[in-house]
Amino acid sequence: MSYPIFNTPELDERSMYLRSLVLRGLIGGGRGHIGSSLSLIEIIRVLYDDFLNFDSQQPLWEERDRFILSKGHGCLAHYALLADKGFIDPVTLDSFCHNDGILGGHPERGEVPGIEASTGALGHGLSIGVGIAMAQRIKNKDTKTVVVTGDGEINEGSVWEAAMCAGNHTLENLIVMIDYNKIQSYGFTKEVADLEPLKDKWDSFGFGVKEVDGHNVDSLKDTLASLPNSKGKPSAIICHTIKGKGFTFAENKPEWHHKSSLKDEDIEEMKKCLTINS
Amino acid sequence: MRPTSLNCVYELALKDERVVFIGSDLGPGLLEDFKTNLPDRYFMEGVAEQHIVGMAAGLALEGFIPYVNTIATFLTRRCFEQNVLDLGLHNTNVRLISNGGGTVYAPLGPTHLAIDDIAIMRTIPNMTIVSPADADEMRRFMMQTLDHEGPIYIRLGKGYDPIVTTDDIPFAIGKGIPMKEGKDILIVTTGICLGIALEAAEILLEKKIDASVLHLHTIKPLDKEMLINMAEKVPAIISLEEHNIIGGLGSACAEILIEENFNEKKSFKRIGIPDVFPSGYGNQKDMMARNGISAPHVVSETLELLKNH
Repeated sequence: MSYPIFNTPELDERSMYLRSLVLRGLIGGGRGHIGSSLSLIEIIRVLYDDFLNFDSQQPLWEERDRFILSKGHGCLAHYALLADKGFIDPVTLDSFCHNDGILGGHPERGEVPGIEASTGALGHGLSIGVGIAMAQRIKNKDTKTVVVTGDGEINEGSVWEAAMCAGNHTLENLIVMIDYNKIQSYGFTKEVADLEPLKDKWDSFGFGVKEVDGHNVDSLKDTLASLPNSKGKPSAIICHTIKGKGFTFAENKPEWHHKSSLKDEDIEEMKKCLTINS
Repeated sequence: MRPTSLNCVYELALKDERVVFIGSDLGPGLLEDFKTNLPDRYFMEGVAEQHIVGMAAGLALEGFIPYVNTIATFLTRRCFEQNVLDLGLHNTNVRLISNGGGTVYAPLGPTHLAIDDIAIMRTIPNMTIVSPADADEMRRFMMQTLDHEGPIYIRLGKGYDPIVTTDDIPFAIGKGIPMKEGKDILIVTTGICLGIALEAAEILLEKKIDASVLHLHTIKPLDKEMLINMAEKVPAIISLEEHNIIGGLGSACAEILIEENFNEKKSFKRIGIPDVFPSGYGNQKDMMARNGISAPHVVSETLELLKNH
């Protein structure tokens, strides 16, 4: 089965700026999930710029939409948006993974303003999201719950337990976005644990499903603006992305999933990609 | 004990709109009144323990108090990571009600024996573990679960067990109940083994051995102060539980007692399921007795221990 082909536009200035915030975290920690964060940037950017209701000065504002990054290892992308939107000071990125920092290699609720759930162990976020969406429904709230999962993550059986439940309960206020960059830790998803036919899977679990270019800001905006994908059903948006997007030398390379020790030359390469001259 | 516990959930739900019930494919008609009268807060989900614990955590993060009910083995082992992270790490106000703690499901074989549940759950920070002795105590306890901060694992023993507790001492989560005070041996126990401990104490009295009995319905946090105070007064201590001797009440007591500098040497013996998958089927009482969880065995072990003193 072949993947859809998109005519992805060049990354714009804002996308490059957000990547520079990711880079700031990578430099601060000397490590990080690089490819896994970069594939997420446009998804989280559009969510915060155009979709989610939030108040960065009151992170637990009752009327906020809830956002859970279930693939917690992509947290640098989320931290970039939290810094950009004023939940945290951008200087916080310099202490990524530090002894006394609040930004860990996986995000923690209670430590970082704007983090709804501590994720990192895969396959937890969707169940928590289902519970939150149910809570909002019981309270008759008009809020949305958005859960972003990885593609390797949805190998976990618990994801499908949650999907079955969400479909069964017709949780229209729940949105799942799958960062489908087609690379998991060991290698290509097609070779490790093929997910196809992915659209059919979500559809058969009771979701309204759309596929979108996960780096095309306008497409993401349009897709989110037209939710729900199917009336009376939870929505799944399969975001076709590129692992490492924006750091050209790392794009589509499984070895850039994570680096526990970044070399100076790696950082220089990244800076070149972002044309940062500092 | 089980009907009491679940009826209490409905009672609590009627008076507090934060209460939610989540079952995992339980028997037909369970809590029918709850389902009929409070349908928004009654969920009977599929056989999906990992998911329902995560979902309960999500509800709890939004201010609800979910009571999750299914069989103990599945509620502890299958979804252990969810118990650790979604409940423990997030310190969510979820109550896990586990059917068949111990050897209740003896006829159903080893897949259904919850003889490691306390050990498993005890390693989770923020987790409270309570094992009431009978239905009356279950009711006193359940009424206190609304305002407790953090997750609670509730171990249900066998239904129709004899009532051995009284309300002379008010129930408080984390506080042990001294059922009997003696000078020769201390029997520390939890859950339905309290009945066996009291029976053993009666037999021992006939043999002129004066036993203390301490009921630790809350295994975590353990009432360390009461345990040490009562242990101080006797030369020997026995722990008695319907659980593997590894990791349960006996281990918890041993951890505390070994670190205490008593003036005189103490003897200590754990009574529980040895480190095996218990063989055979039959009923709970017989399986317990086969594995040494019986009043006669407590008596014989007491006599053995006291030989050293």
